[in-house]
Amino acid sequence: MLRTLKTLMYLLTSIALLVSFETGAFAAKKSKTLKKTQKMGFVRCGVSQGLPGFSNADASGNWTGVDVDLCRAVAAATLGDSGKVKFFPLSAKERFTALTSGEIDVLSRNTTWTLSRDADIGLTFVGVNFYDGQGFMVRKSSGITSVNQFKAGVSACTNLGTTTELNMRDFFNSKGIKYEPVTFEKADEVVAAYDAGRCDTYTTDKSGLAAQRIKLSKPNDHIVLPETISKEPLGPVVRQGDPVWEDIVRWSLNVMIEAEEYGITSANADSMKSSENPAVKRLVGAEGELGAAFGLDNDWSLRIIKQVGNYGESYKRNIADTGILPDRGPNQLWTKGGILYVPPAR
Amino acid sequence: MNHKIKSIIPQLLTLLFVVAVIGFFTINAQLNMEERGIDFGYGFLNQESSFDVQFSLIEYDGSHSYAKAYLVGLLNTILVSVLGIIFCTIIGVIIGIARLSPNYLIRNTAAWYVEFFRNVPLLLQIFFWYYAALRALPLPENTEPLFGVTYLTVKGYYIPRLIWENFDILIYSILAAIISIVFIRNYARKLQEEKGQQLPVLLISVGLLLVFPAITFVTGMVQLEVALPVLKQLSKTSFIYAEGLSIPPELLALVLALSLYTATFVAECVRAGIQGISKGQKEAAASVGLTPNQILKLVIMPQALRIIIPPTTNQYLNLTKNSSLAAAIAYPDLVLVFAGTALMQTGRAIEIVSITMLTYLTLSLSISVLMNWYNKKIAIKEK
Repeated sequence: MLRTLKTLMYLLTSIALLVSFETGAFAAKKSKTLKKTQKMGFVRCGVSQGLPGFSNADASGNWTGVDVDLCRAVAAATLGDSGKVKFFPLSAKERFTALTSGEIDVLSRNTTWTLSRDADIGLTFVGVNFYDGQGFMVRKSSGITSVNQFKAGVSACTNLGTTTELNMRDFFNSKGIKYEPVTFEKADEVVAAYDAGRCDTYTTDKSGLAAQRIKLSKPNDHIVLPETISKEPLGPVVRQGDPVWEDIVRWSLNVMIEAEEYGITSANADSMKSSENPAVKRLVGAEGELGAAFGLDNDWSLRIIKQVGNYGESYKRNIADTGILPDRGPNQLWTKGGILYVPPAR
Repeated sequence: MNHKIKSIIPQLLTLLFVVAVIGFFTINAQLNMEERGIDFGYGFLNQESSFDVQFSLIEYDGSHSYAKAYLVGLLNTILVSVLGIIFCTIIGVIIGIARLSPNYLIRNTAAWYVEFFRNVPLLLQIFFWYYAALRALPLPENTEPLFGVTYLTVKGYYIPRLIWENFDILIYSILAAIISIVFIRNYARKLQEEKGQQLPVLLISVGLLLVFPAITFVTGMVQLEVALPVLKQLSKTSFIYAEGLSIPPELLALVLALSLYTATFVAECVRAGIQGISKGQKEAAASVGLTPNQILKLVIMPQALRIIIPPTTNQYLNLTKNSSLAAAIAYPDLVLVFAGTALMQTGRAIEIVSITMLTYLTLSLSISVLMNWYNKKIAIKEK
């Protein structure tokens, strides 16, 4: 009996060694995730369960939003077609496990970049595609116009498993107010509970408040308070351990932002090939070998701009024109008074 | 010898298979976690949780540890399970007996109840009670009092809070009452066996349970103050009731849904148990001169219980496990607090899920052990 067990252990250890050796060898040559994605023929992208402006599906299942566009950009870069994305709607609670367990390869789901998430749990944040901050929504009739008017006993509806839960505690504690947190797993449940009067206030990222307000039965009866109680840099996340894939996602986002900076749009991208500016020519693939480092061809960035558009186009299409946040605020280029500033693509 | 080997080999193979499967999963998880830079350990349980919970039986806030948050979730799960089990048993027994009633209306109402509630998915029922039924309740400022001093509102059920002084003395007095009841019962049995006299045991027991605590009040050893809910304005249109005790609507909806659903199954167990006793028993009992009440209490129920207990245990276990659906309506049970928020904030999926699974296993096994003990106690004792 003991002998059989020993033999079995040897067998298992040798299998384990073999497997680990193989994976190590692959990662050095080329991105394992990229290879798998190209073999499957689609990018597996984790998105929200419905947040207008960021990731939202219409009646016929077409996804739109700035988070969705990021995944489409990755698909355009790696597969040549921005339509080759499979979307996985995830709750806040499920999102990281889905990514670390390998169910999805990019998480683009209005996720806040924090130290503990980045360092602790096998995730890597690759950039910021929306600078946000936490705010509060209240009923207009309550007469509350500032967060300083909250009183002890206030009940706050929010999403489970978010930075919101932590910020809310910090905020109310610093004010010395005893509050009642009511946390739901799905955003729609939070909205329904707040709408029914279960809570005095609904708190989440301000972009989220603006987007969810549309879902309330009488949107105009509610206001978002002016104060912002936290920094919420939202951005795409990948699994730790595949640096090449991480770079592909990071630069897909950066290309969109830099394209706006240089005035390259989906409409004029082709004609920009004959531009005088070498930075522009590099972005549309007419100069340099930018794709080679990722194991991609040279037109990867051109495809992103042509098929998805630059960041400004994406913002206008999804967030400004839908009336969610017409004012770009901090999400404006650094050259125009915002804080969008990405390293140069060269 | 040959026969022995033949019987051992399948068992050995099964054991090997189980070991191999567990070994594979462990090694696979280890490799993947290493590759992705995720470390493993239970040290996070001592860290500060930094999130608050809406409803807790013990003192807790975000400055306490994750271990304490786990305890909060566990106690909330136990609370909803215990309440659910109590109510489903009461409703179940009533409905089960009603299904055998000679009255056409009662019998059929009970049958309809059972057929309706057991055939609608539980999650739907929970959503119904939370979103449709409880949400139809008025806002605190428009609420008419219920029983004079309680208020059922969309933000919760506000009841008076009892503030005890020397609560332990009251507990001692109740214990004293229970001990004397045990003595009196023994004495009553002896009296009946020896002299055939009957004592009104029930009446005496209830009396003792009332008199003993009453004495502690009258002598002023124990004092009770009642804090009534008072309407408090938070803003122009937002009110709550302060001072009193608030039972969150999430708990109400969950207990309601769980007990109404599980009661249908308990009712069927009770009906099966009673119908499983042959008619002759009842007729024989009647012919020796027992009253209908005595027949039910002394002849039918002791035998029926033996049929009722084992399947009812299953229903109690189901109810406990179903209580994890609480997460859908924001009741902070173990799944919501620990396998939800704590998991999200720490990212320790494997550790937390394993603890949660072990906890439910322990809860279920405890209920099983308790019910098996009771089953053994009432089983036929052959001499």
